[in-house]
Amino acid sequence: MRLNPIVRFAGSKLLRLGLLLLAVALFTFVLLSLSPIDPIQAYVGADMMLISPEQQELIAQRWGLDQPFLARLWDWLGQLLQGNLGISMVFNQPVIEVLANRFQASLQMLAIAWLISGILGLLLGIASGALEGSWIDRAIRLYAYTLASSPTFWVALLLLIVFSVSLKVTPICCAAPPGVLTEDVTIWQHLHHLLLPALTLSIIGIANITLHTRQKLIEVLHSDYVLFAQAQGERLWGIVRHHGFRNILLPALTLQFASLSELFGGSVLVEQVFAYPGLGEATVQAALRSDVPLLVGIVFFSALFVYIGNTIADLSYPIIDPRIRLGGNLEP
Amino acid sequence: MTLIPPQAPLRRSRLQRLTLSRRQQTLWVIGLCSLFLLGIILSTWIIGDTGLNPILAQRNQSPSLDHPFGTDWLGRDMLSRSLHGMSLSLRVGLLAATISAFIGSSLGLAAGTLGGWVDAVITWIVDVFFSLPHLVLLILIAFAVGGGTTGVVVAVALTHWTSLARVIRAEVLQVNSSDYVQLSHRLGRSPLWIARHHMIPHIIPQLLVGLILLFPHAILHEAALSFIGIGLSPHIPAIGIILAESMRHLSTGYWWLGVMPGVLLLLAVKAFDWLGENLRDLLDPKTSQG
Repeated sequence: MRLNPIVRFAGSKLLRLGLLLLAVALFTFVLLSLSPIDPIQAYVGADMMLISPEQQELIAQRWGLDQPFLARLWDWLGQLLQGNLGISMVFNQPVIEVLANRFQASLQMLAIAWLISGILGLLLGIASGALEGSWIDRAIRLYAYTLASSPTFWVALLLLIVFSVSLKVTPICCAAPPGVLTEDVTIWQHLHHLLLPALTLSIIGIANITLHTRQKLIEVLHSDYVLFAQAQGERLWGIVRHHGFRNILLPALTLQFASLSELFGGSVLVEQVFAYPGLGEATVQAALRSDVPLLVGIVFFSALFVYIGNTIADLSYPIIDPRIRLGGNLEP
Repeated sequence: MTLIPPQAPLRRSRLQRLTLSRRQQTLWVIGLCSLFLLGIILSTWIIGDTGLNPILAQRNQSPSLDHPFGTDWLGRDMLSRSLHGMSLSLRVGLLAATISAFIGSSLGLAAGTLGGWVDAVITWIVDVFFSLPHLVLLILIAFAVGGGTTGVVVAVALTHWTSLARVIRAEVLQVNSSDYVQLSHRLGRSPLWIARHHMIPHIIPQLLVGLILLFPHAILHEAALSFIGIGLSPHIPAIGIILAESMRHLSTGYWWLGVMPGVLLLLAVKAFDWLGENLRDLLDPKTSQG
């Protein structure tokens, strides 16, 4: 029986996702069971002295820590399959709820940063590639190379110093003004607090896409068909629009979707600097305060996030590039 | 018809004598960058404890000739503090990156030469590593190891080998399928002889450049981990910790506490980048003669 190619494509993607999550689960489990951290001590924290060895034994039994390795792994995988990620110790809520709440806060920031860095990076890359060798090109390249090697958290610090401390145009921390209830925060206050973190992330994200777009455009401009177009009297911007744009859009889009991984990592640092209560800040909290269930939940979630980004990139090829569409086969 | 006597091209103009050839430029950049980085690493021993003792009379001074980086809230000289922190971060980063390069090259060589299921497994591990955000992976490993200096070194070492392994694997596969290696096989050379005479000369430059280009990433990630508080302990002032401390004093307007150590970190990272790129230009036969 021949399956619809789209169904087959989706099937293979889901299968791969399942395998990936399984691998991540195995990796995380092995890593955490080898680790010297005692789960009971991590759970009890400073009150460890108040608990007798018998009580510790009881907790270990209740959690199944006395079981052999494989039995524990099997139990845990079973719970995962039912969607039970456990309960976060720091937030005292199911991990799923923490993830949902925190991601909601981060999502807008990530989306704004992703869009700005994509569009601005593409435009700068085009300008730089089309005017290769000019001072504009040099300035853009200097900017991109410098940012590519600056520490994310330091750029965030600099923007904080300039805009929040010196110019006082943006708030210095958090997602809402102090003393205002979550329900009462207006959309403008919200955007106001979102602006600088999002801007930081986009400034950082620009470098990669700019340099790649520039390289690709230069390649295109040195091709035979562009030489022919020039011979026919087409102007530079006409060539960029008609011959360059489609050719550079595909790699740029791939890169931008692949950058979701970097973006997520960047948000951890940026949210830390701006004390923005998003998923990145929760990651740091989970690690600093030994909240293993939450940390594992975030690891899963970030794997899913990166995977979705890459899959969207795969899906967008046939829409943009007719050469891939003509093959009639969605699989690479 | 008169002959125009050839003139200018023969005599070297003054400008030409002053400008360096590409190769000389490359060598100069390599030398200066190495000197700069070596200077930072050795600065701990050269300057010793000067400037680290609190002098309360000189608190919170903005950058001046005496204190190019200013002084902090205890009157300590920020330049010496930054140099000490940077030196420590560089050493931690170098150690982690070297271990990482070792893992990467061994796995890359194994995948490329052994092929079969070994190759499949290693490629799959690399793919799994790429499917998680790098920083999340770093935090997870540093946490699982128990944090501290060991945590940072292990986390950075375990997460930076993937791209180098890919590069080395591709290089080995490419050399392996080339005509001269095939010919060597036919001539009855042992795999070890081929590895020594055909593989190693190709892999070593790749490895060297790969290692040096690993350093900036390793150092940036070490700084990031220390900055969020999972890395080196607060008692050891690595550059990330100095920057994290400065966060508390930002709202008071002491901008230099955050800006200056960051500039030093940026310069160190840039120096490694330049070093790696110029070394690649020098080692790659395609560009070394330019």
